[in-house]
Amino acid sequence: MVAVADLSFDIQPQSCFGLLGPNGAGKTTTLRMLLGQSPRSGGVLEVFGQDINHGRRAIRQRTGVVPQADNLDPDFTVRENLAMYGSYFRLDPKVMDERIPTLLDMVELAPRANDRISTLSGGMKRRLTLARALVNDPQLLVLDEPTTGLDPQARHMIWSLIHQMKRSGKTILLTTHYMEEAERLCDDVIVIDEGSLLAKGSPSELIETFCESTVLEIRGDVKEIRIQSLPANWRTEEAGESLYIYADDSQALEDFSKELIGMLCLHRRAMLEDVFLRLTGRALRG
Amino acid sequence: MNILTPPRPGLECLAVWRRNALVWRRVMTTSLLFHFAEPLLYLLGIGYGLGRFVGELDGMPYFTFLASGFIAWSAMNVASMESMWSVYTRMVPQQTYEGILATPTKVDDIVFGELLWCGTKSLMSGTAILAVAALLGAVSNWDALLVVPVVFLTGICFAAPGLIVTAYATSYDHFSFYLTLVMTPMFILCGVFYPVASLPDTAQFFVQLLPLTHAVEIIRPIVVGQPITDLGFHLAALVGFGLVTTWIATVLFRRRLIN
Repeated sequence: MVAVADLSFDIQPQSCFGLLGPNGAGKTTTLRMLLGQSPRSGGVLEVFGQDINHGRRAIRQRTGVVPQADNLDPDFTVRENLAMYGSYFRLDPKVMDERIPTLLDMVELAPRANDRISTLSGGMKRRLTLARALVNDPQLLVLDEPTTGLDPQARHMIWSLIHQMKRSGKTILLTTHYMEEAERLCDDVIVIDEGSLLAKGSPSELIETFCESTVLEIRGDVKEIRIQSLPANWRTEEAGESLYIYADDSQALEDFSKELIGMLCLHRRAMLEDVFLRLTGRALRG
Repeated sequence: MNILTPPRPGLECLAVWRRNALVWRRVMTTSLLFHFAEPLLYLLGIGYGLGRFVGELDGMPYFTFLASGFIAWSAMNVASMESMWSVYTRMVPQQTYEGILATPTKVDDIVFGELLWCGTKSLMSGTAILAVAALLGAVSNWDALLVVPVVFLTGICFAAPGLIVTAYATSYDHFSFYLTLVMTPMFILCGVFYPVASLPDTAQFFVQLLPLTHAVEIIRPIVVGQPITDLGFHLAALVGFGLVTTWIATVLFRRRLIN
């Protein structure tokens, strides 16, 4: 089965790069190929300028990974998980002894250092997984949906950690379903679907290129609105009980919304989510 | 790298071995108790019980005959269990390997780390049986300790086919087939309970194809202090089997884990 077919992108060092796409778009497969954990039938894949098949070991040494599903070692404590992970990199135990307390402080898990994994909450596991990805002080940090399933507190903490990583000069590659997250964190993003590239650029570039600058979301008896009578350069999209009107003329949209009686209106600037839905459609994915 | 390339393990396999050793250390007391209690039960029950009727076999008390056979059998048994149930647990429910594979440690290192660990568990179990047999007076020569490295090697040779089964497994039920169709016949046919020479000629030929036969033929003389007949042949058969199955297991694990 071909999961990724036509995809080409470069990641600038020390930037945060977002790989966006609906479920089944090929995000995880792309990451796994990049890490040599999924086979590829052709194409060029280089990390740090080295082909992943030839430089596998050197690339791994400089890469940290936060996988989508937690795979912390349940047979060990929080601290032991980090030490054990360091041993797979064959890191000097003395270096690990110094690094582990710093990492635990950073992800605020120092008080839980001697607890077993099964006693941690989902957010704590994610934080520990992030700390684990940093045991080898990587240059490249790969994050596969780092905040999926987390509460807002935990999500904000992960975001601040990612910012911190970026400031410290690491290159970050992340996949996410949350467009707000991509907008906050990423310098550049690509949107993919069915294994091929749909768009690439910075979040603001994509909004500019693929979407009008403001959106009016209308909820209620939207069938009553005569779409044909709206200005020709307004784009509309109906989704169930909602109508979305996209336009560059913010004032005109605002005025229009005031004429609508008995309907719920939200006038806002266009976001990456609007671009994403426009590019990949509103149809549900497996 | 071609998926069929011969295994190329690095020193990282020792990290995998160490991981398992550290987990085992937590359950050490229970595990050791089990290693001692089970052979004690078997040896006392069957060795003394049946031994009274059998008397001597191949120039040794039946109890000694059985104890030495049990050491070989347990090397196979312990390594097989570990390479199936425990490896499957680490591979599927715990996703331990998935985590490890994001580091410089590769599939080949995992396979070899697990093989070494299975060999280590066989070594512990074999040594425990030897100790029990010695305490019960069935073994009295210090040279019997030479069996320890042989048991380690035997464990590795039987862990490899176990890994092959695990590479195909989709649930724990899968292992019952191997247990019933492969391990139990070897337990019964390969000379643990009686000399293979007492079987009909045709049966003897087929039994020579089973690796446990060769493990028993090497381990028993060492334990009782007799010269080993055809050492080169038995060792080649056992190690050859281990090498081929190790290669196959490595290829299958690459296919299973890189997907």
